[in-house]
Amino acid sequence: MPTEIDRKQVQRLVESGAQLVEVLPADEYEEDHLPGAISLPLRRLETEAVQLLDRTRPVIVYCWDTA
Amino acid sequence: MSPRAAWRLESFGFGEVYDYVAGKLDWMAAGLPTEGTNAERPRAGGVAGKDVPTARLDERLGDVRERVHAAGWEAVVVINAERVVFGLLRSKELEKDPDLRIEQAMRPGPSTFRPYVLIKEIAENMTKHKLESSPITTSDGRLVGLLLQKDAVASAGEK
Repeated sequence: MPTEIDRKQVQRLVESGAQLVEVLPADEYEEDHLPGAISLPLRRLETEAVQLLDRTRPVIVYCWDTA
Repeated sequence: MSPRAAWRLESFGFGEVYDYVAGKLDWMAAGLPTEGTNAERPRAGGVAGKDVPTARLDERLGDVRERVHAAGWEAVVVINAERVVFGLLRSKELEKDPDLRIEQAMRPGPSTFRPYVLIKEIAENMTKHKLESSPITTSDGRLVGLLLQKDAVASAGEK
């Protein structure tokens, strides 16, 4: 079950090597994204997640807000 | 959207998946840096004056006015010990009876902006609504700084 985390936990996990993934559309990623995040919109996640992400490291996903 | 992505990653066999539920909005509202095409464009948090004087509700207006003018400002933001914004005194409020307490003289609940908003958008808004100044606050209401309309307009014009 995925774990919900807050901003401070994001910072701590990223510092210790977690992968950060923005799942919003690519144009929104292009404008602004968290430092070091990669773009993997929901539809692309289906086909590219396994190739782009390392299954042995933690992954943090985020979108715009809770909606 | 992110909960679906998190669950889907787990279904692919990713063992340690986290969902930053508050997302990019929360990150930017906290004034933290971002990357991307907007990253170098001026935003409210970068242009706002961080050295704006502050006051507490129970202070005497006359005392605060002296401090504000000595610091070269014409406005003061009213905050609590946690830096949560309660009110604002612009030049008009600062000229009231010096014996008033700040909470009696202040303009309560001023319009605020978040640090991540592009300065061009704010400059237009402040001009349209004739806002001389506006506090910039984080999403939990804490003061980042005070943005003056003249600074917003000048910064927007540079880009």
